[in-house]
Amino acid sequence: MIRVIVKRLLVGVFVMWGAASLIFVIVRVAPGDPASLLLGPDAEPEQVRELTARLGLDQPLVVQYVHYLGDVVRLRFGDSYLFNRPAMAEVFERLPATAELMLASTTIAVVIGLGLGLLAGGRPGGALDRVVSACTIALQSFPTFWIGIMFILIFALSLRLLPSAGAGTPQHLILPAVTLALPFTATVARLTRSSVAETMREPYIQTARSKGLTERQVLLGHSLRNSLIPVVTIVGLHMGGLMGGAVVVENVFAWPGVGTLVVDAVANRDYTVVQAATFLVAGIVMAFNLVADLAYSQLDPRIRVDGDAA
Amino acid sequence: MTASAVPLTAVRRRGTAMRWLGRIPYVVLAVYGAVAIVGPLVIDYNPVLTILDDRLLAPGSRVSSGGTAWLGTDGLGRDVLAQLVYGARTSVLIGVSTVLVSSVVGTAIGTVAGYFRGWLDTVLSRGIDILLAFPAILLAIVIAGSFQRSVLVVVIALSATAWISFARVTRSTALSVRERAWVDAARVLGVPRRSILVRHILPFTIGPVVALATLEFALVVLAEAGLSFLGIGLPNSAVSWGQTIANGKQYLATAWWISALPGFALSLLIINIGILGDQLTARYGRGQTGRLR
Repeated sequence: MIRVIVKRLLVGVFVMWGAASLIFVIVRVAPGDPASLLLGPDAEPEQVRELTARLGLDQPLVVQYVHYLGDVVRLRFGDSYLFNRPAMAEVFERLPATAELMLASTTIAVVIGLGLGLLAGGRPGGALDRVVSACTIALQSFPTFWIGIMFILIFALSLRLLPSAGAGTPQHLILPAVTLALPFTATVARLTRSSVAETMREPYIQTARSKGLTERQVLLGHSLRNSLIPVVTIVGLHMGGLMGGAVVVENVFAWPGVGTLVVDAVANRDYTVVQAATFLVAGIVMAFNLVADLAYSQLDPRIRVDGDAA
Repeated sequence: MTASAVPLTAVRRRGTAMRWLGRIPYVVLAVYGAVAIVGPLVIDYNPVLTILDDRLLAPGSRVSSGGTAWLGTDGLGRDVLAQLVYGARTSVLIGVSTVLVSSVVGTAIGTVAGYFRGWLDTVLSRGIDILLAFPAILLAIVIAGSFQRSVLVVVIALSATAWISFARVTRSTALSVRERAWVDAARVLGVPRRSILVRHILPFTIGPVVALATLEFALVVLAEAGLSFLGIGLPNSAVSWGQTIANGKQYLATAWWISALPGFALSLLIINIGILGDQLTARYGRGQTGRLR
């Protein structure tokens, strides 16, 4: 097991190196020289020359790249010209809000998705199954930002039940969290449905039924537990998608998280913040994928990560 | 994941009805295609022209020039129906171009990696690992935001991750087809490797690629709308559903139609592509499950 973890961690380090390099390439390929971009639109030519020298941008690309990697390892991406402070500090400050939103959404998605999936998968092909399947297709097709705006229209402007934007109280969390959770709920429901439908064909379900257990007991006591394994994995693997969704949803509801920060930074060409935030997001996504991978092999003894075959 | 275990008799009973229902997506998509191609020729729209007398008119109102704004006007007095029609053209154009670029690139890379295996395949897998560490929309935001606004930049930004699924599907197809007897026979007969790839492997990727292309088209159109909604990528002169939805946000309390209607148009399109994609996947997808992220 330890060997597997070490191997996965090495792959993780490699992926982070690749991610950092990709960010380097995008920022260097983009038009405009980084020094004037970093200083912002109001910079004097004198300042630009001075910063170019200080950042080492007059050196060969390879030298710059090595310096850049050294900085990345220490999570130093330079100062944000918008906020006048280290970019990473700004990103870290916004992280808790995004984490709160994602946690709330994941909880909603797992609870409701599992429920719907159980209802649909317990009797595959039944009326309930078809209704749930149709709903999940619809949920995955609506653009989240539009759903968010429609929620604002209905619950904030018409019914005046919830605030339309901002953060601070639990009420502020409801609309963004539900909006972000909807497509994920559909994913969890679809996966749970097929997983439950599959376990319902297993011999031990037949045994449980012939013991005289009620359908409810069979479903919750015998089928659910084994159906949970793929669900746990998808939650981990879906963090990337959820992060991407959060970027959009945060902007709909002016939620003060990493998503609004990134879009503001891109719009204002604040490249240190863009780099820092992108790198951190990649790191978080990678960490979740790693945990999901390892959890998968731990939960189901039939599955072993390669190199650790039973 | 999509095929449910329904008894055969039930399938037959519902067969005729389902066959007709199954054609709905084709009809809807044909309508969208027609609107995107013909609409701009019929309806005149100038995205920079603002008529302040016509601001925020409700659907069905008369405009100052004497016509009717069937779907209302926005905060600058521009017709919402015209924005829907022109937006359809933008969405279809970007969707088709991105899917074309990413399917060609993805298929080429995937087939070659799957057939030759070895270090090429390893490089591909590790490269995909790196790209997957970024949420697709975030990478698109960063790429599109770094360059001058244009349709081409949006297509490149969206293709940056869209090619991955094509590469994966074609790689697995190539991996399985390369072990078949006719490929061995061709190899033994001394057919050049390039010909083997093109004549004996590539044709088998077409089915899965077509099925995947429909689902990717839906994702790309959604992503483009998301980018435009955030104000990234497309130039201000371009008309896009995402942009119209974003513009309407500040008038939600008084003019709901500006944001609501383009969203309906977009959702209806995505739902129908999704259904069509699932159908195609069930038919050609070789066990690949169709789903939208």
